[in-house]
Amino acid sequence: MNVDSRGRMLLSAFVALTLTVLPLPPWLDVLRPAFLVLTVLYWSVNAPRTGGIALGFFAGLMLDVFQGPVLGEHALALSLITYIAVREHQRIRSKPAIQQALFVCVALVFYEVVLFMIDGWTGHPVTSPVRWVHALTGALIWPPAAAILAYSAGRLA
Amino acid sequence: MAAFGTAAGRPLTGRGGSPGFRFTLYALLSVVVMYLDQRQHYLEQVRYALQAAAYPVQLAVNSPSAAWRWLRDSVQTREALRAENARLRTTERDLELRAMRYEALARENGELRGLREALPPIADRWLPAEIVNIQLSSLRQRLLIDRGAANGVFRGQAVLDDKGLIGQTTHVGPWSAEVILITDPEHAVPVRIERTGLRTIAVGAGDTTSLALPYLPANADIKNGDLLLTSGLGGVFPEGYPVARVTEVHRDAVQPLAQVRAAPLAHMSTDGEVMLVWFRTDRPATPAGGDSVGELASGDTAMQPQPVPPKPRPAPQASPAPQPAPQPAPPPPPADEAHPTPTQQTTHAPHRVPAPAPAAASAAASEPADNAPAADSAPPPPSAAVSAPEQRQP
Repeated sequence: MNVDSRGRMLLSAFVALTLTVLPLPPWLDVLRPAFLVLTVLYWSVNAPRTGGIALGFFAGLMLDVFQGPVLGEHALALSLITYIAVREHQRIRSKPAIQQALFVCVALVFYEVVLFMIDGWTGHPVTSPVRWVHALTGALIWPPAAAILAYSAGRLA
Repeated sequence: MAAFGTAAGRPLTGRGGSPGFRFTLYALLSVVVMYLDQRQHYLEQVRYALQAAAYPVQLAVNSPSAAWRWLRDSVQTREALRAENARLRTTERDLELRAMRYEALARENGELRGLREALPPIADRWLPAEIVNIQLSSLRQRLLIDRGAANGVFRGQAVLDDKGLIGQTTHVGPWSAEVILITDPEHAVPVRIERTGLRTIAVGAGDTTSLALPYLPANADIKNGDLLLTSGLGGVFPEGYPVARVTEVHRDAVQPLAQVRAAPLAHMSTDGEVMLVWFRTDRPATPAGGDSVGELASGDTAMQPQPVPPKPRPAPQASPAPQPAPQPAPPPPPADEAHPTPTQQTTHAPHRVPAPAPAAASAAASEPADNAPAADSAPPPPSAAVSAPEQRQP
């Protein structure tokens, strides 16, 4: 829980946020994985005590500011999946990257389901199937993303 | 402290309790935040602050493309600049001529109506804003512009470009504002078909090149190439601005409604700059004044009839506006007694006399949500949220 690792965590979250809001052409935008969610998941699994649910909540709040119809929507969804990741962090951490990606895919689907429900509840139902693509691309990019984050964290996992 | 046990052998109890406890805490906090934001609108201040905090990030993200634009501008050749200059000069002269004529027409109209004070309200102020960030996914079509509350931007302000309507502001920060495009799937804009005066609603389709008109009956008089103007209902967009042109009309014998598509006139995916518009609302001709807003049931500001803009110039369509030719003028909507006015520019003014508009508005206001155009004479009573999807009325 030292200052250094916390700094790295925040820096990586900031970079991920930047990637999330970077303007992209529409066709590429559909494929863009949720970088911030992946980063938060990574830290929840690998440093559950440094980041954990608080990181998930505040990252989600930032996402809400950038793209949420309601404040707290992404915060809730991200808190939920960080909670799952923190709880299961030992089990996930010991698996190879491919299996981790499977878990990430499931977590992202959870995340989208929560967003979908809240969207419906707040009267912004968007039923386009496009939103589920993010879960898939997120899982696909997990192995390289995790490797990059591990490298930046200074310990090659 | 542990509300839930942890699955891991070693408990993760640090500061603030077990993960289960912390999750419960944050989940509750999220729900409370959502409730306050959605139902009570207590969080405008918080959102304002957060938007201010987020702005630097958005600026940073935009900086590469801004740098590229600057570079491109600064290495333009002399010939290109000269050509552009000549073109601009021609355009300016045209516009000057048109504006000159407009002044005369406006005065004439006022005299004809015998009420100098009843001239239609005019666009008071224009403010160009640069696009800082743009989201054009099929789920969200938003712009971030570099003007905010510090420049007097308010929520629900109309945003245009030189070709047509772009959208309206949804969240306003101190130095930035978020604009929801008319093509956002959550957005709907009340429109009027210029040729027939038929009113309906254009809903975003999540694609910058198309709008859907889902509430037109199969026998509606609409055809390819029809121009859609804002109808002024719904209270956000002033009347008579060009919105889109019909590109596809599909009538199916078994379907009660026609499937109509229209292409927005504004260049949403290529614009670098947009215009924010303020309208003068203090003229007597403005139908719903300050106090009548309050009397609209449950203070639904979306019901407030809008001031009439100066020139509903059907923009891209060759607009031979200078001569006051009454023939091509679109007939005023069927419900109104048609005052034949001498000019195309002011055709819509007559039915904006104070009496009928608030009546229509309050009739609509008695209905639940903000489906303003239901009060309108358009045949199908559309039940979609209209014109201000995210607008949360106090």
